[in-house]
Amino acid sequence: MANIEKLEALTTQTRRDIIRMVHKVNSGHPGGSLGCTEFLIALYNDIMDRKEGFDMDGIGEDLFFLSNGHISPVFYSVLARAGYFPVEELNTFRLINSRLQGHPTTHEGLPGVRIASGSLGQGMSVALGAAEAKKLNNDNNLIYSLHGDGELQEGQNWEAIMYASAKKIDNLIATIDLNGKQIDGATDDVLPMGSIKAKFEAFGWIVLEIEEGNNIEAILKGMTEAKSKSGNGKPVCVLLKTIMGHGVDFMMHTHAWHGKAPNDEQLAIGLEQNPETLGDY
Amino acid sequence: MKTYTYTEKKDTRSGFGAGMTELGRTNPNVVALCADLIGSLKIQTFIDENPERFFQVGIAEANMMGIAAGLTIGGKIPFTGTFANFSTGRVYDQIRQSIAYSDKNVKICASHAGLTLGEDGATHQILEDIGLMKMLPGMIVINPCDYNQTKAATIAIADHKGPVYLRFGRPAVPVFTPADQKFEIGKAIKFTEGTDITIVATGHLVWEALEASKALNEKGISAEVINIHTIKPLDNKAILDSVSKTGCVVTAEEHNYLGGLGESVSRVLATHRPTPQEFVATNDTFGESGTPAQLMEKYGLNSEAIVRASEKVIKRK
Repeated sequence: MANIEKLEALTTQTRRDIIRMVHKVNSGHPGGSLGCTEFLIALYNDIMDRKEGFDMDGIGEDLFFLSNGHISPVFYSVLARAGYFPVEELNTFRLINSRLQGHPTTHEGLPGVRIASGSLGQGMSVALGAAEAKKLNNDNNLIYSLHGDGELQEGQNWEAIMYASAKKIDNLIATIDLNGKQIDGATDDVLPMGSIKAKFEAFGWIVLEIEEGNNIEAILKGMTEAKSKSGNGKPVCVLLKTIMGHGVDFMMHTHAWHGKAPNDEQLAIGLEQNPETLGDY
Repeated sequence: MKTYTYTEKKDTRSGFGAGMTELGRTNPNVVALCADLIGSLKIQTFIDENPERFFQVGIAEANMMGIAAGLTIGGKIPFTGTFANFSTGRVYDQIRQSIAYSDKNVKICASHAGLTLGEDGATHQILEDIGLMKMLPGMIVINPCDYNQTKAATIAIADHKGPVYLRFGRPAVPVFTPADQKFEIGKAIKFTEGTDITIVATGHLVWEALEASKALNEKGISAEVINIHTIKPLDNKAILDSVSKTGCVVTAEEHNYLGGLGESVSRVLATHRPTPQEFVATNDTFGESGTPAQLMEKYGLNSEAIVRASEKVIKRK
């Protein structure tokens, strides 16, 4: 499928953007960003029904909320390459006077961002509010959100998860990046959470699983199914199994690159593994 | 001197409820959220008249603040309702990131502020909320003084684009401001003209300041009473104009002196016109159980305390 080839080319380019961005300022979070690259590219370039340009209220279009704001490198690259702001601006990531703050914010007026995130656990509540606003406005478009699995340790999520099913928020598709890792190590070592699937189901959600969360085709299939489950009186959760650091071999299968930038040599290896496809910024 | 009287006592939270009723009828974008305290917040009429615009979130204040932030995306004007303690300290980071830093048009409406919630004690009273909220960049902080002013403030903040903290209370207190007043955010109101001392008061302490000014007048001291309902942004000019005439000031509030109205006034005076000041406020302490009147007496937040502070500050001129 031509579309899949196009999305895969975009994925490789976004991987380059991510590691170049964090390398330049020697800070930022490449691991989770690389793991969610296919997902965000599929979402913004296929799954979501988006309008041209950016308007905060987003009436008549699908909206996305990033709750785990530390994966800002992938978010910024995907937004820029979807046309929200010039790709050259990726050069300013984490620099003084930039709209591309360490964690996403509306405060500097960056198009594409609708809420500040970074302090974890708040995004699902915000997504619920936006979903309620859509219902009040008789707007049939959907709300998408992304959350880290470690992030589910924040209690506010469970307030939101309880509310979503109680109030039949069926225009929300919340995706959990199930990479099994957090800063201090494996989630199963830091604070084992048991079955996240069983937990969401117990709270009354429809739960879908995407086993290959770094495979564009699998994501498109899974998210299309998720869309088909919306509007049925229940919120929808997608458990997206990803590999942290995917696409840069030495960053994969470890939490070591959660919040660490590559040095010059490591950058070169990473770029070699992800050849330029659409032009570097 | 001009004197004030009242014919009835009403709780300021009912003024909030009445304001919400009116907004429900006049502004289709206004929505309300509550964390299991509908009766305490007096918003039943709004809910009865606009059931689709009311969100009961249960005992989950953090989620309530996030939902409120999200509701603004789509053009809604959310008013959240719970006790002042659970509206601020409990959810500070949610307000900070999802509302204040995100520039969201949320109105955080906080009942049972200060000591006068009474018998429930310190777990439910809060004397730190003004400080917490005024430190957030972009946050407007309002503490009206009676039923009518609270109703007017509730209606006015719907027209202000940006986050607002509106603080009010539980007990019935004198209603002495006009029912038809227009509320102007950031604009002080001069209740009495005076030449010897300025009394700057907010919230429940405004009536006490008026009572104090009567007592001072009988002692031959002419007090100018200024009602600061908006602690942020502060009406610097009204304060400076008054102290340039009187040369001393007492600030009065139902809040800790740390972080409260008094400190905001001090900053203005220190920067523009150093002036002797005394604080009628709680002294870095928690509250406790008791009747509102007992607590205001014990913690020095009534007209007698304002008179004592006034006599003290005049000697420092």
